[in-house]
Amino acid sequence: MREETKTLTFAAVICVACSLLLSGTAAVLKTRIEANQKYDEQRNILKAFGIKMTDKTAWPREKIEAAFEDNVAEIKTDNGLPLYTWSDDGATKPSKYAFPISGKGLWGNLYGYVAVEADLETIAGITFYKHEETAGLGAEIEKAYFQDQFVGKKLYEAGLPTPFTITKPGMAKGDIEVDGISGATLTSQGVQNLLRKDSAAYADSFKIRREN
Amino acid sequence: MASAKKLLMDPFSDNNPITVQVLGICSALAVTVKVETALVMALALTAVVTLSNFVISLMRNTIPSGIRMIVEMAVISSLVIVADQILKAFLFDISKQLSVFVGLIITNCIVMGRAEAFALQNPPGASALDGLGNGIGYGIVLISVASIREILGFGSWFGIRLLPESYVPNGLALLAPGAFIILGLLIWLQRTITKRVED
Repeated sequence: MREETKTLTFAAVICVACSLLLSGTAAVLKTRIEANQKYDEQRNILKAFGIKMTDKTAWPREKIEAAFEDNVAEIKTDNGLPLYTWSDDGATKPSKYAFPISGKGLWGNLYGYVAVEADLETIAGITFYKHEETAGLGAEIEKAYFQDQFVGKKLYEAGLPTPFTITKPGMAKGDIEVDGISGATLTSQGVQNLLRKDSAAYADSFKIRREN
Repeated sequence: MASAKKLLMDPFSDNNPITVQVLGICSALAVTVKVETALVMALALTAVVTLSNFVISLMRNTIPSGIRMIVEMAVISSLVIVADQILKAFLFDISKQLSVFVGLIITNCIVMGRAEAFALQNPPGASALDGLGNGIGYGIVLISVASIREILGFGSWFGIRLLPESYVPNGLALLAPGAFIILGLLIWLQRTITKRVED
């Protein structure tokens, strides 16, 4: 009995000590971590709006945060989905709209944003900020050469989502197709599926917005 | 009692956790695409293994044998979560690239291995030194592999461009099999130099 009491006491002391350490760290670092996550989200939304921020010295964190503050507004669609608007400096009406996209890739979920122009049809930019795809293959979806292909393509036509297609590499033609990635067929397929799914979810609210 | 120098330096080469004990291979393949991430990963693991060895050694005479491993896991995982939070707060971009692998230090055999094999039998000072040495030994291999992979795969080292733009990056170096081959060659090279043979 004596031995068991000792074991239990020891376990209890370790548990309390570990939880104190963890909650202490979390409490101290919480605001900083949340600020980092918010900044990361803002940077990715700006990227979807077509802002090139590859040069880190030209785009310090303060500038990115200020650009977001000045030009981007977060609103909700009629069916409660998040929508981000971009207004050029001094403009009263938004000139671009962005919304989050997500869906299955090969190894895990892909997360990103896609932006459309004021016509609510033409893609202004796309970005993926979180994925678990294979480096050098599926992970190429985060590269500029892949994402740049989407700019100017049609996500909607005549108010309806287009059957947007990621083709085999080198086969894309017209304005609703882009080239997939060689060696990453399932990731490319995933991008196609999530674009179709999420563009459908915003179709109705874009229709209302277009008519107004 | 081995000398402090031996405790610290042995894991650099003669008793290297990766190339000799062949532990921690998973993360050595995963986070060595670029030197920068490999360095941060090595620092995180070094901090965790040094502190966990120290703490576990402090408790070595009081830990009830029945819950010894659970206590070790509790200590190690708490330290790893702290390290992960610190990276998320201060090195956010790198922590995003390391993704799950910082969390997976918890299951890294090197940390548990040193706790079991060394910290439980030795005083705190020596244990911390042993942890530090093993962390550095891990780091040396990680950075060597990452250097080769980044130069072959991106034509750069630590983000600095080394090879001309016309260099066609070798995609194999960026994939896990490429890392495995490089690691194998490193182990071969090391054993050729040290003349070590498995008994």
